[in-house]
Amino acid sequence: MLRNATFAVLSLLLLVCLAPTASAQAQQPATTYAITHAKITTLVGLTIDDGTLVIKDGKIAAVGASVEVPAGAQIIDGKGLQVYPGLFDAVTQMGLSEISAVSSTVDSSETGNFNPDVIAATAVSPSSEHIPVTRASGITEVLAVPASGGFDSGGSRSVVGGQASAFSLAGWTMDDMQIKRSVAMVINWPTIQTRTFDFATFSRKDRPYSEAKQEYEKQVNELTDWIDRARHYAQAIGHGGPSDFERDVKLEALAPVVRGQLPVLVFADRARDIRNAVEFCDKQKLKMILAGGEEAYQVKELLRSKNVPVILRPMLSLPREEDDPYDVLLSQPAQLYEAGVKFAIGSFDNSFARRLGQNAANAVAHGLPYEQALKAVTIYPAQIFGLGDQVGTIETGKIANVIVTNGDPLELTTDVKYLFIRGQLTSTDNRHKRLYEKYSNRPKP
Amino acid sequence: MNGRIPSVTLLSLFLFAVAADSAAPPDSSPVIVIQNATILTVTKGTIEHGSILIKDGKIAEIGASVKAPKDATVIDAEGKFVTPGIIDCHSHIAIEGGVNEGSISVSSIANIAEVLDSDDVDIYRDLAGGVTTANILHGSANSIGGQTIVIKLRWGQPASKLPFEGALPGIKFALGENPKRSNFSIPGQPKRYPATRMGVEETIRGAFTEARDYKSAWDAYNKKVIAGDKAALPPRRDLRLDPLVEVLEGKRYVHSHCYREDEILMLLRVAKEFGFKVRTFQHVLEGYKVADEIAAAGAGASTFSDWWAYKVEAYDAIPYNAALMTRRGVVVSINSDDAEEATHLNQEAAKSIKFGGLTHDEALKLVTINPAIQLGIDKRVGSIEVGKDADLVIYNHDPMSAYAVVQKTLVDGRVLFDRDKDIAGRAVLEKEKKDLLAKEKAAAKKTDEKKPDAKKPDAVKKPDEKKPDEKKPDDKPKPPSDSDANGGAL
Repeated sequence: MLRNATFAVLSLLLLVCLAPTASAQAQQPATTYAITHAKITTLVGLTIDDGTLVIKDGKIAAVGASVEVPAGAQIIDGKGLQVYPGLFDAVTQMGLSEISAVSSTVDSSETGNFNPDVIAATAVSPSSEHIPVTRASGITEVLAVPASGGFDSGGSRSVVGGQASAFSLAGWTMDDMQIKRSVAMVINWPTIQTRTFDFATFSRKDRPYSEAKQEYEKQVNELTDWIDRARHYAQAIGHGGPSDFERDVKLEALAPVVRGQLPVLVFADRARDIRNAVEFCDKQKLKMILAGGEEAYQVKELLRSKNVPVILRPMLSLPREEDDPYDVLLSQPAQLYEAGVKFAIGSFDNSFARRLGQNAANAVAHGLPYEQALKAVTIYPAQIFGLGDQVGTIETGKIANVIVTNGDPLELTTDVKYLFIRGQLTSTDNRHKRLYEKYSNRPKP
Repeated sequence: MNGRIPSVTLLSLFLFAVAADSAAPPDSSPVIVIQNATILTVTKGTIEHGSILIKDGKIAEIGASVKAPKDATVIDAEGKFVTPGIIDCHSHIAIEGGVNEGSISVSSIANIAEVLDSDDVDIYRDLAGGVTTANILHGSANSIGGQTIVIKLRWGQPASKLPFEGALPGIKFALGENPKRSNFSIPGQPKRYPATRMGVEETIRGAFTEARDYKSAWDAYNKKVIAGDKAALPPRRDLRLDPLVEVLEGKRYVHSHCYREDEILMLLRVAKEFGFKVRTFQHVLEGYKVADEIAAAGAGASTFSDWWAYKVEAYDAIPYNAALMTRRGVVVSINSDDAEEATHLNQEAAKSIKFGGLTHDEALKLVTINPAIQLGIDKRVGSIEVGKDADLVIYNHDPMSAYAVVQKTLVDGRVLFDRDKDIAGRAVLEKEKKDLLAKEKAAAKKTDEKKPDAKKPDAVKKPDEKKPDEKKPDDKPKPPSDSDANGGAL
């Protein structure tokens, strides 16, 4: 007894002594990794059949067929495995919404029609269970986009929804994870709708076209007014000290937009709405990125000539019209590619984010060249949002968001074997795996 | 039993009529040979470079080569894969109007079979995704919902030809958040009983207690009639209880929407108490937690591939669900609950190879023979075997891949979807639409000239603009939160 007690006390003391060392170790994991003998798809130049990738201090330090493994590097044997840049999901509500039916877990949409000053990064919960689930499917960075969900917000969508933020899917805090706090200003393009669902009476409401058009015009006029005022405000900032004008945080948030420094991410699906939005942004000299774009193929020449890139919503969606070809959305990426329109693919969701690769593969099945599909979920979204020098390919100096797989990352049956996020070997463990393992071990009742 | 003649007889008459019709179809079905295909039979392994002979809507012969009659239509499937038609165990397509009689929590009086819509374009879209048979369910607003029916996707046929001959009808039950209306309320309406999982159990127990008494009354009456008692008075018919008596008699399947482990066990308990079987648990997203109990009860489980987190009861959903339940001996299928999801059920099944390690063939079973077993139609469909219905899908690649595209879908030996023809026909359809629009415009202009104060033409012409997110919450279950809004299909 006594011996046991003494032993316990000693062990406790030992633990206390060791504890600081242990926690210091936990805070300082390996910083240098080398993945050797892997097939490396860099998405710049040729694929390396038997290459080495060196990751150091969070960045890609070297890549090639004859790269030296640095001393002290943790070596990952990549024989039989493939290395790709991690996937980039260009529109999500990641971290902004946990359980969509429970409003207390949802922060994706503000009330009111004009919220240029709200920023997604502020509300992203780094502890969201969606983050580990999503990264296990090979997605290493996302855009959290405010006001991009429909029903989370009770059916209402702000015209100016706020600023989207780009971040990597691992880290202790949002400060760690953040790639860029503000990458685009969300605009939900007003649309002429004669039929709406009224949540107050829980019924559908029809109204005459003229009335719907009037409301559309009112919203576009309001938007024009906001942009005009922001332009004047930006001029005022440029010409005087802070005491010379009354501060307005909303107009201040729009200033980079009217200066052309911050692109507008305009949500529109119908051809007519897309045309109107492009015309508006052209006239207002706004840098436009189209999001949604279900009928983008109908205005592909316009999009190409005005250099408007598109973030397509999942192609695994039903056609909008009853008489549309059944595969119109599946074959659209191939059409846009042939027309020279630059596009990326987004999940526009959280819990379905892991279908990103599946959607890209389905676009390939309907005519899009494979490499284009892969780029549409890696380097193209990065370039579209001005992050092309930070993520999206395997190039020296970029953030080491890298996946090591046993096959094509877009295919349904491929596993992510190793996951590097911000240069850290990151576990693919997640809520789903844990529950699976727990209940796989349930004894027979 | 004779006493309840009306409903039983009507039902049998209906089924007979359909059966008789299909035995002598108006136009005789073609003789077709599919050649040089990789045939995934599902129950008898894979045949490389094989052929299938189709006659009278049935599979007549399978093998390395078949004796093809001279007049047979030959489909060369070199490099292609043939599977049995996909069976969707949870669908809401081909329904006219709403899927939910959402007023009362025992709505067994409502019957989906009476509102089948053969013109729903989703029938064609799902065919284009390889679906040939679907279990058409009432929504999940009620503890005991409406009656359900299995259909074949016979695109082009009237609604009366859609029902799967001889397939047992079903009834939808629903447990958890939807029947207790956790995620929505209807403005102007008071809270409805049940509002808890306790109340859901009692609603079902209450209904079956009534049904059991009702059945006893009829049994007693029938006994008297057989004994020659001419003065015996029949009990009063109750259309709400008739389907529940059929459940007690094993003549109607129970398909129960559920999520959480506790409510799954609850229904098994109630079923045991009243002596009926649960045919399938639908969604059953926590089925993996009580897989042994489901297997022991002989119930099937029909689940989603990877949906989760759209409500609290879906927060413990895992994509390993299908594989884990399969390993524990449950007959499992992957369903759609959604017209779009149905178009790639083969891909959804393939995910169980990654999540839980099912084999290629086990995964394919999740959308073919397993749902056929669950619906009691496995003697007719679900695998490629001689004598079975010629419901077949031809893919350009292995269907357990995201790169596979359906080339042709056959139902009863007829090609009802043909990708080449679909593509070739688009120009014609487009021209037809253009001409019709031009005609309409011209007519509108004429009317306008006649009546100077008539509405502007474009006010007449664009009545149906829809907002991108505006979906009727009762008919489009994806994204999931939509249908939750009214305890919808999901």
